[in-house]
Amino acid sequence: MKYVNDSMKKIDSDALLKGKGVYTDDLAPRDALCIKVVRSPHAFAKITDIDDRLTRKVPGVEMVLTHKDLKRIPFTRAGQCYPELSPYDKFILDDYVRHVGDDVAIVVAENQKSAEMGAKRLKVTYEVLEPLLDYTKAEGHAILVHPEEDNFIPVDFVGYDRKKNLATDIGFEVGEIGEVLKDSEVVIRKTYESQAQAQAMMETQRAYSYEDEYGRLVVVSSTQIPFHVRRTLARALDMPMSKIRVIKPRIGGGFGSKQSIHAEFYPALITKLTGKPCKIVYSRKDVFTGTTSRHKMQFDITLGATKDGKILGIEMNALSDTGAYGEHANTTVGAAGKKVLTLYNKVKACSFKGKAVYTNNLPGGALRGFGVTQGTFALESAVNELAEALEMDPVTLREMNMINKGETTPIYNIITKGSGPEPIYMDSCELEACVQQGKEIFRWEDRKTRITKERDKLNKSRKARGVGMAIAQQGSGLPNIDMAGATVKLNDDGFFTLLVGATDIGTGSDTILSQIAAETLDVSVDKINIHASDTDVSPFDSGAYASSTTYTSGNAVIEACKKMNELIKEYGGKVLEEDTEDITFEKGIITGKSGNEISLESFSKKITYSMVHQQLTATGSFVPKKAAPPYMAGFAEVEVDLDTGKVNLLDFVGTVDCGTAINPILAQVQAEGGIVQGIGMALYEEVKVSPKGKLKSNTFMEYKIPTRKDVHNIHVKLIEGHDDTGPYGAKSIGEVVINTVPPAIMEAIYQAVDVRIRTLPATPEKVWRAMHTKN
Amino acid sequence: MKINVTINEKAKELEIAPDDYLSEVLRREGLLGVKKGCDTESCGLCTVHVNDVAVLSCGTLAAKVDGKAITTIEGVREKAEKIRYELGKRGVDQCGFCAPGTIMSILYLEKVVKDPTEEEIIRYLKGNFCRCSGYVGQMEAVKSYLEGQKHEVCE
Repeated sequence: MKYVNDSMKKIDSDALLKGKGVYTDDLAPRDALCIKVVRSPHAFAKITDIDDRLTRKVPGVEMVLTHKDLKRIPFTRAGQCYPELSPYDKFILDDYVRHVGDDVAIVVAENQKSAEMGAKRLKVTYEVLEPLLDYTKAEGHAILVHPEEDNFIPVDFVGYDRKKNLATDIGFEVGEIGEVLKDSEVVIRKTYESQAQAQAMMETQRAYSYEDEYGRLVVVSSTQIPFHVRRTLARALDMPMSKIRVIKPRIGGGFGSKQSIHAEFYPALITKLTGKPCKIVYSRKDVFTGTTSRHKMQFDITLGATKDGKILGIEMNALSDTGAYGEHANTTVGAAGKKVLTLYNKVKACSFKGKAVYTNNLPGGALRGFGVTQGTFALESAVNELAEALEMDPVTLREMNMINKGETTPIYNIITKGSGPEPIYMDSCELEACVQQGKEIFRWEDRKTRITKERDKLNKSRKARGVGMAIAQQGSGLPNIDMAGATVKLNDDGFFTLLVGATDIGTGSDTILSQIAAETLDVSVDKINIHASDTDVSPFDSGAYASSTTYTSGNAVIEACKKMNELIKEYGGKVLEEDTEDITFEKGIITGKSGNEISLESFSKKITYSMVHQQLTATGSFVPKKAAPPYMAGFAEVEVDLDTGKVNLLDFVGTVDCGTAINPILAQVQAEGGIVQGIGMALYEEVKVSPKGKLKSNTFMEYKIPTRKDVHNIHVKLIEGHDDTGPYGAKSIGEVVINTVPPAIMEAIYQAVDVRIRTLPATPEKVWRAMHTKN
Repeated sequence: MKINVTINEKAKELEIAPDDYLSEVLRREGLLGVKKGCDTESCGLCTVHVNDVAVLSCGTLAAKVDGKAITTIEGVREKAEKIRYELGKRGVDQCGFCAPGTIMSILYLEKVVKDPTEEEIIRYLKGNFCRCSGYVGQMEAVKSYLEGQKHEVCE
């Protein structure tokens, strides 16, 4: 392979590093109206009156909109394929506010300062209601988070029940879990809780809109999902989809935050009403209070095993807090079982139940790992506890029980849409190699010995060390659900335009897809001009989520380029006056049987200007047919301060099976970035709410994300692998890389100071208290 | 009110409001490499140089830079070429939104600390957040850049 498996620089690297104005707010028209959203100070309330007289007096304020001004249309902000598995429970503005930060009114002004001043002066009268904040009590609670009757869900199989505060209620099982657990020699029963985590991408949500020369609404947005934005805006604004165009420029990070539609509604609405350009740039506070975070989840896990370490049964019951709105509620809690229980395929039985409940907390949403991270934390922590109960090495316990290359589990048939009874084999699974090589790189045995040997010495300096590990998987796109298209066009100087709907959010997917196109067309990457994404121009792509871009969009690019190769041969035959089957196209040269040849440059000029007169264009589409999970093993060493409980992660080794790495250096950076986000989740990141539902962590002063100071030795190794269904053997990498971090670190903490942290994050206070309660 | 400043070596007279922050004023002047990522001077995205000192432009009132010289990422295109190379080849530019601020901090570090230790690098750059890269490759890039500069000076 020439262009694939090459660590080339990102094709947009220079522009980004020079600070060019390529992001949404850099491109917004100078005369765009500015918006400030007025947000609720109450967790649950009914708006009884809004007095905008003072707001309208602020110089520069042009408009104030409240729920009374808008047609009432329920929709979901979740960016998912249609029909969404999320309830239509949101209105652009509503007379109820359901969480602190929920939107109350929109103030529009000719500049940002006036909009903000106007927002401050809006007088809102609320009938404050008692909020429902404890998600463990939400199901069937007397307080109904969604009392409105016009809320509904477009599908009937997710167990949605508004009257019980249930956004979803699902499950699956294999075998007789009750019987198997009864017959198990060793049974572990534990409860775990993972916290709400913020995506904390550097560029906040933002969008601008204008009316184009044909009177259509153009929305330029920092989004992961341009096509879902178009569809959802059409619904929410009561407009035909054909009248809306969504463009995505460069994006300053997503991590799931932009897999929901948030900021886009407001400027789009104002442009629709006024015909004027309009923009909104969320403040960091808007992001923390007005958007989403990782669903907080609680898991009851029961593991049954034989004394010699064979895991026989796993029962997993999950409860997710979806907060005020149900976006991504079903799919995240579902993933916590579906892409986690599949790790242990040798069990006789397993069962999963997942519920997501409404509360008056901040809404849950998509965040890297998407439920799998939460589920992996719980199950892998329980497996570590089982290893302890069995007095076994956690690595050995994994090796005995985990899924290996060529194996399967009936769970894959249950969770893969459209699958039949035929077993779905994991032919590309390199988990065994991940564990084996991770163990060697980490020097697992040596470290354990060294730590034991040095324990007393370290304790004298009031420190203790420990090691832990975990394994994980994710998906690569959603089989038979999320599709991608790609179109390739030959231009009149032998170069190609590659149109994709895939959304590069900083991961480098534009570069990777260009590499895949170059490989397939056998031309250098500089002959490929990629364009992404614009709903008017790009072929459909479900978006940058579900770890799908490299795998799903990459396969679509191959499909389109293969068709292009055929077209070039067909028209090459016409130009060279030979039969199509006698033509070869290699390295940019079209050659006939007779030895006649023509370069792609001359060929393209000829067919454009002098003969044939044909535009060559080919489109490919792809939807995954089966799961192609990436796998990972993670190993951690921590040092705990015995006086303060502060945990310092000294070393982390991650071994990742992503199949072929299209661009190894970009894959490695995905892994490093994901691991560091996992460190934050394990040790300090937490969306904190007061007893009244008020957000306490609404800035980067209170919400800590890892800085350079917090990151020590991180070592990533990409394990050699190949998935036959992936583009040149590639699988995904973006999400799997966060999953092993929290459980591996929690185990390391336990090995260091003998306390089990079962509720994330392991803050110094929590660790210290646990150590002292114990003693 | 009016202020007189030098922006990227060009003298300018700017009309500002007394409560305008430097970041907004610079963006208004078309210096779009100046980014903003928080409301609390926490993230480092808006880092620029004022009289050769790295400052957070989102927390600096524009009125306070009257008579001073400001340098933004747009003013260091040539100077930062090698930094771009080191970051770009390691793929740690990623979404790029934090890059201008980080590069301005690297240049400031280079200017004020001779032959910095890893600890010093961290001290000078820890205020520049990056959510994509995990910092690992960025640290290598900074070290490699500074090492290269050392040899340049020797030659």
